[in-house]
Amino acid sequence: MKSKRVLMQGNEACVEGAIAAGMRFYAGYPITPSTEIAERCALRLPEVGGRFIQMEDELASMAAVLGASTAGVKAMTATSGPGFSLKQENIGYGCLAEIPCVIVDVQRSGPSTGLPTSPSQGDYMQARWGTHGDHPVIALSPSSVRETYRLIIRAFNLSEKYRTPVIFLMDEIVGHMREGVALPAPRDLIINKRHISYHDGANKQCYAVPEGEFVPAMKPFGQGERYNITGLAHDVSGFPTNNTDIAGALYTRLMEKIDRNLDDIVRVEEYKLDDADTAVVCFGGTARAVMSAVLEARAAGMKVGMFRPITVWPFPAAHLRARLPGLKRILMVEHNYGQMLLEVQRVAAERVPVGFLGRWDGTVIPPEDILQKLREMEGSAHAE
Amino acid sequence: MRYEMRFSGSGGQGVILASVIVAEAAVAAGLEAVQSQSYGPEARGGMCKAETVLSREQIWFSKVTKPDFLLALTQQSLDKYAQVLADRAVVMIDDGLTVPQGLDKKQVLALPILATARDKVGKLMTANIVAVGAVNRALGLFDEQALREGVRRHIPAGTEELNWKALDEGAALVTEQQAAAFARSLD
Repeated sequence: MKSKRVLMQGNEACVEGAIAAGMRFYAGYPITPSTEIAERCALRLPEVGGRFIQMEDELASMAAVLGASTAGVKAMTATSGPGFSLKQENIGYGCLAEIPCVIVDVQRSGPSTGLPTSPSQGDYMQARWGTHGDHPVIALSPSSVRETYRLIIRAFNLSEKYRTPVIFLMDEIVGHMREGVALPAPRDLIINKRHISYHDGANKQCYAVPEGEFVPAMKPFGQGERYNITGLAHDVSGFPTNNTDIAGALYTRLMEKIDRNLDDIVRVEEYKLDDADTAVVCFGGTARAVMSAVLEARAAGMKVGMFRPITVWPFPAAHLRARLPGLKRILMVEHNYGQMLLEVQRVAAERVPVGFLGRWDGTVIPPEDILQKLREMEGSAHAE
Repeated sequence: MRYEMRFSGSGGQGVILASVIVAEAAVAAGLEAVQSQSYGPEARGGMCKAETVLSREQIWFSKVTKPDFLLALTQQSLDKYAQVLADRAVVMIDDGLTVPQGLDKKQVLALPILATARDKVGKLMTANIVAVGAVNRALGLFDEQALREGVRRHIPAGTEELNWKALDEGAALVTEQQAAAFARSLD
């Protein structure tokens, strides 16, 4: 059963989805174009027994989120590019200490303060490599208000399942867009609860991974059991170690818990690719113009389809590789100078030529430009 | 059919809210609607535009490239956005503005939107609601109930009567002949 259709903004759907997923703590520092997320959390969390706190800055916000999650509460923060940069050190702490949480980045244009109200997808690589050292990353990117609601729930689910920060990579296009949506009924949603372990006897092995699992179960801080959490490499007791065998095993497990579960983590949308000779690759809000262009191209008899990573990190390499044999060309369309392009080129290698249509001036790529680029690519192929 | 609407003016005039209300009314009326906006970093002043796309079918591209309808409440926004319009576009402006050269006056509906808000409704800040009432009457988009539902969801409780008055005064600015000439069907 679906509820009545309402007009909702992407940022609002992000909050409603997060609350449906069980988020009950939000700490943040407002920044355009993510501010509506903080505003709605401030309004809604007290209504559902949760807590909202505006911290003094983004560093503290991220620290508060880690603390809340450690205490047993599903926690979220939201920001845009400049704030995302500030959160990176503590995101790394979350990766190493295996603290589940969701970080929303509603991307805007430019490095530094840039064009605060203009769309961009320039944080794609920051989402992967923003914090230092080898570390696991899951990043999801929605392309509609409806998808924002469902996908933020998945962000929380993956975060809990793999005990890792999950980046929810929105952009100004989707964050500030309003659409009519009918929210799904709560019973139609799958919500992962946290794996909690209260008792491990005298061993205090809070980071011991049970047989057949990828991650240790969590012990909520403040509920009876004392244990140690650190950003240093640690053994199963949670205490620091300089033993490189133990540290190496830990780092490897952190990477493998993601790398070995790609089937579970990676999702893509593939539209009309079965008979396509051209795939347009895009993610997030860019998909709106791409879908319009693909439909127009099809109407004009061109065999064009869309390949849209929903899980943008890890990049869906296997899915794209499986499509290569049928393709004559790929067009990457994104609102940056060429970031996901690098991943697509890596996968396509020399087998399929990859064209690029990017924009980084704060304006939106219209469907006409994509169509024109598709025609150019097809035309130059015929000329050869 | 895809119907593209652009609302423009100065930051603080409420043109974003006007476009949100039209989108809200569209959803209440069972249509597809996508709304978005662009503005500068300033909270007040600065050019501001908001966009609503209406259709009976799913809307993919969310932005307006060739508006079928333009509302302009400042000269600066009129001069800028009147340059790119769809064929037969309707341009609604405050009657204190000068119609730029190159814009066919037959397309233009110049109405005393700001003066009506200030003098008849009694609050200049209702200009956006006056405009929404006029837009709906001129284009014949939604029934009264859907439009009021759109407004109701975005106004503070206790201001209903003021806003209904603004809607009615806005609608009254459009003559029957004008409404007949500018009516648009989404089919």
